[in-house]
This record gives sequence, structure tokens and C-alpha cells, in this order.
Amino acid sequence: MTLALDKPRSPRRPAARRSNFELASWLFMRISGLALIVLVLGHLFIMNILDGGVHRINFAFVAGRWSSPFWQFWDLSMLWLAEIHGGNGLRTVINDYARKDSTRFWLKMMLYVSMVLILALGSYVIFTFDPDIPAN
Amino acid sequence: MSDSASATVEVAARGSRRNGTLYRGDPGMWSWVAHRITGVLTFFFLFAHVLDTALVRVSPSAYDEIIETYKTPLVNLIEVGLVGAVLYHALNGLRVMLVDFWEKGPRYQKQMLWAIIGVWVLVMVPGAYFMMVRTVTEMFGGH
Repeated sequence: MTLALDKPRSPRRPAARRSNFELASWLFMRISGLALIVLVLGHLFIMNILDGGVHRINFAFVAGRWSSPFWQFWDLSMLWLAEIHGGNGLRTVINDYARKDSTRFWLKMMLYVSMVLILALGSYVIFTFDPDIPAN
Repeated sequence: MSDSASATVEVAARGSRRNGTLYRGDPGMWSWVAHRITGVLTFFFLFAHVLDTALVRVSPSAYDEIIETYKTPLVNLIEVGLVGAVLYHALNGLRVMLVDFWEKGPRYQKQMLWAIIGVWVLVMVPGAYFMMVRTVTEMFGGH
């Protein structure tokens, strides 16, 4: 089925597009989504299903994994991609459902603050992890 | 194809549950609703999960204590739900990309939806088994 329009809905197009941000965001969701399929499903499989799953996880297990740059890089990439992918998704959801401009503004501010907090904290933890930290 | 045509007729009449004219949506619409819900839930879990993992910078005992809650029956069950939500979001995300970028994607969107639901069930049955087997045997097997 083709959708035919009798005439352009507005007599002329806006002179220039202000930004391609939404296009970049749309593309980012697909590219990061592809990477996250490998990163997150791999993470869930290792942590929850393989070899006893969640029951074998403790501090020593984390220390063993993060002694390897491979898993450090895996977790850092997963953190950044997942947080931005999820944050951008929630931004879309807020834009869709918030009815008042002020509600929309403040919900997005809360979202952005939480994203900065989580990215900063998560990166800090991965970069400064100390396997010999005192037991208590 | 005939589904969507008849759905259009149905909404033209006044929607109601009683006379069977309520618009119940197309599976494609519900797949989009489920994609949103699973995405938002996963995002909130990610927030909590980075906070609990950050306890490795506090002390090994603080981290071990919080991770013990992940091993309790209720949280273990919630983990199965989380894996199910993420798996659906991943599979449906692939379907969305195929609809966007594969020339035949839009035509096969409904078949692809049934396909990903099939894959989801095939993965979740053994997945849920391996995630829950220890919890269930400890609860009911007594060892």
C-alpha cells in the first residue's frame, strides 16, 4: 500500500535542519544494541547460568575476573553502552509520556543526573579496583 | 495483512468489549509495548546493579553481604525475570533492526515476532532450569 499525499502538508520546508541529533540517536540505539547483545547476554550467561551461576559470585570471584584487562574492558564497555542506550531509551519514553513541559524537563534532569552518577561511579570502581583492600 | 484491514474497520465502529469492537492492537504493537517495558525495567535494574557492585570498593565483606541477597529464592526468581526481559529486548531489538534495514523485514515482521518468541522459549526453559536448580533443590530437597 502506498501513501499518497495530494500536496505537501506545508507550503515549504523549513530552511535548514537545526541538528541531526535524533538521527544520530536512532543510529546509536541500533549500533550499541548490537554490541550489547553480545556483551549483556554474555554477562548474564556467565554470571547466572554457567558453572553454578550466581551462587559462586563473591569478592574473590570479582577480583579474579578484574585481574584480566579483557574483562575490565568488557565491563567498562558494557557499562557505558548500556547506560547511554538505556538513558536514551528512557529519554524517548519521557518525551512521549510527560504532559507538561516542566514535568518533562525535571524528569529528564533526574535521568541525566543519574546517568552521570552511574557512569562516574562505575568507571571509578573498575579503574581503581583493589583486590587487596582490607577485609572489613 | 487481513488482520490489520479488519482492525481498521473495528476502530471505525465505537470501541467496546461487549460487542467485540474494542481495538486489541496488532501483535506488532504489543511487541513495541513489551520492548518499552522490558527496556525501562532493565535500566532501573542497571542503576541498582552498579550501586551494589560499587561495594567492592568499600570492603569484601560489604560486597559479599549484598551479593548473598542475590542468592535468596525470591531474588533468584527475579533474576530469571530479568534474564527473560533482557533476552526479549535483545531478540526484539534484532527484529526491529531487520525491519529497518532488511528489504523484506517489514513484510516478515509478524513471522519474525513468532520466531523470536519461539527462540525465547527455547532459551528460557533450560536457562530458568540452570538458574533455579540449586535454589529449588535446597528449598525442597533438604540438601
